[in-house]
Amino acid sequence: MRIDIDRDVCIGAGQCALAAPKVFTQDDDGLSELLAEAEPGPMVGEAARACPVQAISIS
Amino acid sequence: MTETVTETETETTATEKTETATETATVSFPQDRTCPYHPPTGYPSTSRGQRSVSRVRLFDGRTVWLVTGHAEARALLVDPRLSSDRENPAFPFFARRLAATTQRRVELLGLDDPEHNVQRRMLIPSFTVRRAAALRPGIQEVVDRLLDAMVAQGPPAELVEAFALPVPSMVICALLGVPYTDHEFFEAQSRKLLRGPAGSDVEAARDALSAYFRVLIERKRRDPGEGLLDELIAKQLETGAVDLEELVRLAQILLVAGHETTANMISLGTLTLLQHPDQLARMRDGGDGVPAAVEELLRFLSIADGLSRVAVEDIEVGGVTLRAGDGVLLSTAVINRDEAAYPSPDELDLGRGARNHVAFGFGIHQCLGQNLARAELEIALPALFARLPGLRLAVPAEEVPFKPGDTVQGLIELPVTW
Repeated sequence: MRIDIDRDVCIGAGQCALAAPKVFTQDDDGLSELLAEAEPGPMVGEAARACPVQAISIS
Repeated sequence: MTETVTETETETTATEKTETATETATVSFPQDRTCPYHPPTGYPSTSRGQRSVSRVRLFDGRTVWLVTGHAEARALLVDPRLSSDRENPAFPFFARRLAATTQRRVELLGLDDPEHNVQRRMLIPSFTVRRAAALRPGIQEVVDRLLDAMVAQGPPAELVEAFALPVPSMVICALLGVPYTDHEFFEAQSRKLLRGPAGSDVEAARDALSAYFRVLIERKRRDPGEGLLDELIAKQLETGAVDLEELVRLAQILLVAGHETTANMISLGTLTLLQHPDQLARMRDGGDGVPAAVEELLRFLSIADGLSRVAVEDIEVGGVTLRAGDGVLLSTAVINRDEAAYPSPDELDLGRGARNHVAFGFGIHQCLGQNLARAELEIALPALFARLPGLRLAVPAEEVPFKPGDTVQGLIELPVTW
């Protein structure tokens, strides 16, 4: 599974970190980033759907 | 000439020629709720087999689109062809008092990208999931202190004044670095700003809050504190990234949005739980998890009902074409009751795992403070029912006064006893 975050589009709503806290976090600027030890699971899809600006793509 | 056109005639017209928003609509917007926790019964609803995008009439007779379908709303709210720019002459204002204001520019929520993005990025570090979690002990302290005071005072109480309003008001003051001792002033101005009733009330409230923040910011420049406002002064104002008037207007939005909305969710959430004892029992029992219960209350109550946009290009959606210049309103309350997204949508079900609701909006303007609001609700509601286990209404439910349809939904007062 490949997860891409478009940080130019991200608005820092934190919905990815809320839906899949073992995969996503927010950096000091509040923008979404993948955790170093991300454990992708079914919640990654939920995180992508929850993103209000569709900044997360999964392939 | 009569404006009354029956539903059937409207439908016929729609199929015979290209449908436009300028045709006469029979349904008016906004309407008052008949029950404070259900959407107005007169709004079109996809769950009743009506269209997901239909026409409604505003106070001045203008016809605009009303979006009530969940999928359509999510598609439209991420579409850059819909603008939030209040300075666009075609922007639809759904109350006379809002249309009457001369200062139309609204920072942050009334701007499009890229201008909006610059402001949003200044603010997001203070509203992340992690920052909201770090604020939880402070929120708990505020909640406990207010509940202690209610217990010491003894029943009965008016819950909006004693609890629902001071919780978010104290929390946002601490976050921004605004002295809570000024709360009577800014809560009164905020009421006028959101409810008028006249356009002149809105302008007067805006002027009073602006004057207040000019003085506060000047004082903070000489004697900095530790709030977000102090941080914005140091990092954005002193560097010239924003000017004083922009910061003054941003501060107002943060203060008003930061306490009014959550206060309404606490008061209306409390009434809703009291009126659904089976669901209240589930919340007390804790089996579904407090966050899930709060998400369902957010979906069910959708207090910020009526997002406004203007189309800047033609958009095809829900079988109709929104033309450039058309006004577009989105009823979050009806959208969050779309049967296609939520089975038995009119039932409060704290265990349903209500995901992807639009109570905080969607798209680039999705509520900046949503993580803070969740933290406040997740702490305040369970603590209230735990500390006052016998909490009940002090008046019949039909007598609880609630807000009219043209503003943020919630209760004016909530008389309780325990």
